[in-house]
Amino acid sequence: MNAIAAVEPDTSRRHGLVLRDVSLQHGDGPDLVRALDEVNLTVAPGEFTAVVGPSGAGKSSLLAVAGGLTRPTAGTVLVAGHDLTAGGQRARAALRREHIGFVFQSGNLLPALTARDQVRLPLQFASGGRRGRRDPRDLLAEVGMAEKADRRPHQLSGGERQRVGIARALVTEPRLLLVDEPTAALDRARSHEVVRLLAREAKQRRVAVVMVTHDHDVLEHCDTVYEMVDGRLSRHG
Amino acid sequence: MFLALRELAFARTRFGLMGAVIALIAVLMVMLSGLSVGLVNDGVSGLQKLPVTAFAFEKHVQHDAAFSRSVVDDDAVRAWRERPDVAAATPYGNSLVNARSDGGVEIDLALFGVEPDSFLAPPVSQGSRLSTPDGIVVSTTAVTAGLRVGDTVTLDRIGTRLTVVGVTTGQHTFGHVDVAFVPLDTWQRIKAGVGPGGVLPDRATRESTAVALRAKPGRTLDLAAGDAAAGTESLTLEQSYGASPGYTAESTTLRLIQGFLYAISALVAGAFFAVWVIQRKHEVAILRAMGAPAGWVLRDALVQALILMVGAVAVGAAVGVGLGAFITGGGVPFALSAPDIAAAAAGLILLGLVGAAVAVARVVSVEPATALGGNR
Repeated sequence: MNAIAAVEPDTSRRHGLVLRDVSLQHGDGPDLVRALDEVNLTVAPGEFTAVVGPSGAGKSSLLAVAGGLTRPTAGTVLVAGHDLTAGGQRARAALRREHIGFVFQSGNLLPALTARDQVRLPLQFASGGRRGRRDPRDLLAEVGMAEKADRRPHQLSGGERQRVGIARALVTEPRLLLVDEPTAALDRARSHEVVRLLAREAKQRRVAVVMVTHDHDVLEHCDTVYEMVDGRLSRHG
Repeated sequence: MFLALRELAFARTRFGLMGAVIALIAVLMVMLSGLSVGLVNDGVSGLQKLPVTAFAFEKHVQHDAAFSRSVVDDDAVRAWRERPDVAAATPYGNSLVNARSDGGVEIDLALFGVEPDSFLAPPVSQGSRLSTPDGIVVSTTAVTAGLRVGDTVTLDRIGTRLTVVGVTTGQHTFGHVDVAFVPLDTWQRIKAGVGPGGVLPDRATRESTAVALRAKPGRTLDLAAGDAAAGTESLTLEQSYGASPGYTAESTTLRLIQGFLYAISALVAGAFFAVWVIQRKHEVAILRAMGAPAGWVLRDALVQALILMVGAVAVGAAVGVGLGAFITGGGVPFALSAPDIAAAAAGLILLGLVGAAVAVARVVSVEPATALGGNR
């Protein structure tokens, strides 16, 4: 197993996520696609960062690289001081278990599990002991889902599914929360509700949050907004 | 097991249908196992119950027809008796006859010609042991067919009349025919086709089908050396089953069908879990994205397959045993044997798991990045 060693402890304390000159290319020759083109991004603990941009701009690639799902072609990715580009697949999976939480589109909950079990799920394969894990019941109460803890995804509304998804992502107390289009299937009121919840959790728990979204209406809740076009990242507005 | 159990409960209709297919295969397997044991009993139980280590047949005899073609004489018996590893050697006669009782019961009999004072003489559960020249001891299955102690049976063609003096303990059949033990002298007359009042040629008084051998306690028979000395060709008791009429063909056919059922079980389980994995691909990607180790996902899927296979095979085996209980004792040669059923069930589970494992192994290759975006 390729272990991922902690590097730059000062950076670890100061930043949840650091991307340095990160590039991601697919194919070669005339078929070369630059999904990410020398991207630099720093997100501090407690900072809520949004990335907007058109479809195919590279937003999902950014999340995949920041979350260790894909290894970048070039550059460095640091999560809580750990170099994600240094280890193999197993080591990156271990780092995701320990330090990274994902909130997917529409919650992406498992159909067979109740809301309570969705939140308990990451604890089943998380290695114990690094930090105290959150109590699933407390988390569900915190996101307003305590009374629907026994319901399965098909018995929940889109906003409720997203709130369960957020609780699931937070149960391992991650340092970095990666959020993929959380309002894609929600109406305006529910979209604000969900993003407000994310912003609150980021502040309270000092979690670095990166959210990719098409929804410009919810950007008011974010601390920093970036725009991604053709794999290049720049400050928005 | 966290996810495996919850998915089994959630998708119970789907898993129930799949389980029903496996259970039906298990029912079929139990029925086949019962038929196998039943056919073995019908084919060779008469041989199995003889206290014999091996039979010495005529040299160069065709093995699959040894009981009907072999002829050995007294010299071979004497030669075997002199072997140091032989506790007892005695002539043994075997022939099939058609007969009719005074009560009108038409019955085929496998006549086992034995010396009444030899180790081959059968114990009896009713009546008396072999003694008189015209007395026979018949299998319990002949009693089921209608014979009783005291009945007289007349053999077709030669007209020899034999009296049932006793009944064996348990089933004794050979080539699906009820065994009747008869004194060797009488068997020799019947084999030679000599009826009442006829004269038996001198040569025939010295002949039998084979020499039945029993090894000394703790000793293994040196069959090759004995054969060289006696001019015979020996088969162990188990090898001699193949000389029972139809035994090898029946056993091979049933084993072939059982083999196909094992393969079908593996294929059905493999196909089901292959589709299941494809349908769960996105969920597996989410698990992997959350950091679930490949081993955890694989173990969970295998436990799911194990629970399904064990549950379905247990239900199927129970139903099969229930059905078999109705069949046992009827006209069909059928007998339930716990070790055989357990072995068949274990084989089904094992091969079903192999099929499932090949399918679920694909979960480790699911790309976690597909959990992102609108991929479904």
